[in-house]
Amino acid sequence: MHPFFPTNDELGIAVAKIAILLFIVLTVNAYLTWFERKVVAHIQSRWGPHRVGPHGLLQPLADGLKFFFKEDPTPAGVDKFVYYLAPLLALALALTSIAIIPFGPDPIRWRGHDIYLGIAPLNLNVGILALFAITALGVYGVALAGWSSNSKYPLLGGLRSSAQMVSYELALTMSVVGVLLMAGSFNLRDIINAQAPPVGHPDHGMFGWNLWPQILGFFCFFIAAVAETNRVPFDLPEAESELVAGFHTEYASFKFAMFFIAEYTSMITVSCLCTIMFLGGWLSPFPASWTITHYLPSVILIPFGLWVIMDGFRYETIFGRLVLPAVGTAITAFGLIFIVFPHINEFIQAPFWFLSKVLLFLFVYVWMRGTLPRFRYDQLMAFGWKLLVPVSIVNVILTSFVILAKMQWGAK
Amino acid sequence: MTTPLLVFFVLSALAVIGAVNLILQKHPIHSALSLIVVMVALAGLYLLMGAEFVAAVQIIVYGGAIMVLFVFVIMLLNAGVEEHTSLSKLAGPPGLLLAAALAAFVAATIARSGASVQAATQTGALSSTKGISEMVFKDFVYPFELTSFLILVAILGATVLAQREKS
Repeated sequence: MHPFFPTNDELGIAVAKIAILLFIVLTVNAYLTWFERKVVAHIQSRWGPHRVGPHGLLQPLADGLKFFFKEDPTPAGVDKFVYYLAPLLALALALTSIAIIPFGPDPIRWRGHDIYLGIAPLNLNVGILALFAITALGVYGVALAGWSSNSKYPLLGGLRSSAQMVSYELALTMSVVGVLLMAGSFNLRDIINAQAPPVGHPDHGMFGWNLWPQILGFFCFFIAAVAETNRVPFDLPEAESELVAGFHTEYASFKFAMFFIAEYTSMITVSCLCTIMFLGGWLSPFPASWTITHYLPSVILIPFGLWVIMDGFRYETIFGRLVLPAVGTAITAFGLIFIVFPHINEFIQAPFWFLSKVLLFLFVYVWMRGTLPRFRYDQLMAFGWKLLVPVSIVNVILTSFVILAKMQWGAK
Repeated sequence: MTTPLLVFFVLSALAVIGAVNLILQKHPIHSALSLIVVMVALAGLYLLMGAEFVAAVQIIVYGGAIMVLFVFVIMLLNAGVEEHTSLSKLAGPPGLLLAAALAAFVAATIARSGASVQAATQTGALSSTKGISEMVFKDFVYPFELTSFLILVAILGATVLAQREKS
């Protein structure tokens, strides 16, 4: 049997998984914009979106509709084929990269099939390389958009982005080599499992993660990843105060939305990757013997749900008074389900920690946007080539020597 | 027709069409894009043969790094549409002759080795990254290191040549 081609009923499961993941990712994308606007607003002592729906919660929906119904002009003199190809390419590659991420260790058993969380097959032994391959192609979306628009600012944005992504890709790839040496595998599942305590060894919880031995690699990776996703403080390709909107200046309506979704999806992918490589993926930060921490999802969800219900009763509009209590009841119900059914609670532990860590990284992304000023172009290049690349190479050499020493003298 | 065979033909067709399109396109960027299609289709073919590592590296190195530089240089120089001339008298007939000879040679090789197309769609065990690294770092370590050294010298040479002369 060919390792990459599923049988017929597995094909159905795969398609269903793709549809569900696509729906989840696009919804998370939409609410990520809401989250970002809210957090940045509060950093700047503003309210953020609060008109459309309770707490502005329907703002993403309104934005989405607006993207659909706006006029979609094609500027004169554009290279038609490449102009239409670029946003498609950006979006397709960003969404493909999410398919490689595994979200949990245990399968759901359904009609004799083991359904694992995540689309990629378990034995995708080049996991991290496949992800880098997709990110490596991601630069074309931005570069081609800049070039095909036949306009100065997009061209400058496209050039900046190509140079930036090529420079930082080196640091990005070099900084994970330490993790790969420690795990001895490219497979993302193996990388996470390598961070769990080996059988018969004391369980130190979060102190077993790659974050501590690979702290240099972690910083290099996260900084390079922020630069790869063109986010503040590395958002030179779309610096609005210098280049109008950079590479997507000439794009309107849904084509612009595609770039937007692509950017937010790659933020999610990078956060997932950071979690997997350095924060132990779905591993709990507490030792396995602390079973009481398994109630943490309920302890968070139930008070939050109750607060949403209370908040809903105090809300000004009728709509808010109806919707917020309903949402709050649903959240509380989930918290109660996790307490009442222990096997469901056990199952959601891994995805819960995974999503919490991803959310942490997404918050850091937004926090950085609210806090840091943009780099100057020469600073950006100097930072990438003169700091990140050498530091990540030093990290690789140090890690190799430590692993060699451990093998030589058997120090455990 | 089995699924792998179907995928093989789709990918091969993509590679061939991309390669022909690369020559026929008038704009350098369009040609570069066609070359990327060829690279990615080749990576797909490697993946079909179970060579995951080679496929990923093919996309990272050729599809990503090298072609991005091509596109970057074309964008930076703002190269325009190139003019196609009719075949020159000197290059035309010998060129066509050589092309025909090459095609015949390749066809003959394929015909002689019989089941190559079948073999291309069949996989045994997945070729592991470990196997490749053992070959590169154990069996062929000296040629590999020599090549690396050569590339290093080339990088240094490029850096020295690109430096501005101190006045």
